[in-house]
Amino acid sequence: MKQTRFNAHHRRLGARMIEFCGWDMPVEYKGLIEEHLACRQAAGLFDVSHMGEIHVTGKDALAFVQHISPNDAARLSPGMIQYTGLLTSKGTYVDDMLVYCIHPEFYLLVVNAANTDKDFAYVVSQKGRFAVQLDNASDRYSQLALQGRQAIPVLQPLTDVPLAPMHSFTFVFGQVAGKECLVSRTGYTGEDGFEIYSLDPDPGILWDAILEKGAPLGLQPVGLGARDTLRLEAKLPLYGNDIDDTTTPLECDFAWIVKFKKGDFLGRDVLVRQKEQGLTRKLVGFELLDKGIARPHYPVYVDGAPAGQVSSGTFSPLFRKSIGLVYLPIAKTAVGTEFEIGIRDKKVKAAVVPTPFYKRNY
Amino acid sequence: MYPQNYYFTKDHEWVAVDGDTATIGISDFAQKQLGDVVYVELPEIGKHFNVHQTIGTIESVKAVSEVFSPVSGEVVEANAALNSAPETINQDPHGKAWIIKLKMKNPADLKALMKAPDYEKFLEGLAH
Repeated sequence: MKQTRFNAHHRRLGARMIEFCGWDMPVEYKGLIEEHLACRQAAGLFDVSHMGEIHVTGKDALAFVQHISPNDAARLSPGMIQYTGLLTSKGTYVDDMLVYCIHPEFYLLVVNAANTDKDFAYVVSQKGRFAVQLDNASDRYSQLALQGRQAIPVLQPLTDVPLAPMHSFTFVFGQVAGKECLVSRTGYTGEDGFEIYSLDPDPGILWDAILEKGAPLGLQPVGLGARDTLRLEAKLPLYGNDIDDTTTPLECDFAWIVKFKKGDFLGRDVLVRQKEQGLTRKLVGFELLDKGIARPHYPVYVDGAPAGQVSSGTFSPLFRKSIGLVYLPIAKTAVGTEFEIGIRDKKVKAAVVPTPFYKRNY
Repeated sequence: MYPQNYYFTKDHEWVAVDGDTATIGISDFAQKQLGDVVYVELPEIGKHFNVHQTIGTIESVKAVSEVFSPVSGEVVEANAALNSAPETINQDPHGKAWIIKLKMKNPADLKALMKAPDYEKFLEGLAH
């Protein structure tokens, strides 16, 4: 199994470790619910070094990114970031990703840990005659995420980067705890916060310094268990559950990442047709109306007939009920529509609800 | 340390015996594996169970776990307090978080179970 450069730190804290996509990762420290609530009420620190980083450099860097991504990277100036997808020629997802514009001939793609090798092989296969160099830099990067309303009070004393003026989805280079880092105002929890990237072979001080500074403010280390419940409350999709190579950005309610007017991109013609013909299904949020937890792959019934499966589902620590995401036939996607989910030998009532389930109030 | 007078199964249930009444719960090891418990499904009073039949389920945020009956018998009590405070299973798995009490049909069922020292050895074996 691969280890991040913070592995010893998790073990010293008594984390329960699991294997995740070939990585030895902390699933929880004090407990999923406590960590989840700490992130919502104060702050959480996550080791996300298992994520993938791909460098796209060269004369055609922008043109190449425009080809593989449906969003419009021409809108990015250095220091800006956009959320987008890596699409197949059928307009379905190879992965979702963030594109960071370092400079006009250097873009950093940040992709899911589960798909890093697959994504890199895919972009390489798309190189064709573009004058670009493609580098899978994932193993050189360490990455921490600091998320929550206390993120700025925790991080500011440790960095020369002025954090409060940073717009969401922007980044800068600066020092954190004496180490050169890339600091972006991004995250996967629905809270304010920062993701801190380091190429230092010995970045341990970042973890220790942030935890030490943050402990009096309520900062807790947060594992992969709570990372999933946090992102689901914020209605952020997870590849493999909510998006995959059978779903398009239009169907999963991310139409805004598809900028048809920017020019051609992989999958554009399929998405144009889908938009013209109308969607047959859409990803919506639901909550269970009775006791139980609807988990991924549990069968779904609409008007008594089988209608697919739950894509994401969990118990929300904040709302103390079962919430999730599901693709429903387009006629059944209005808020309030009731349907059923099979949980072991029972059919439990569920209803479509507005999303995100959680929106921060600061 | 596991209560020395309890019996244990390989599926991490415990049994405390008082006459022909068996009180059943899950072990500290099991609750740690589950994480934060949020729901418990309890059986009805009067239901009969054979050895290893599913008594109910315990749900944490991350997992569903079936509870198997270590002994055969009839349910005489179910711990309804777990419905409003499922986290008791994490806090006091060997005491307040008992799940059901069975009137044992066949006390010889206990012979197949482990006592605490053997269960502790069994857990050590799992760690490797």
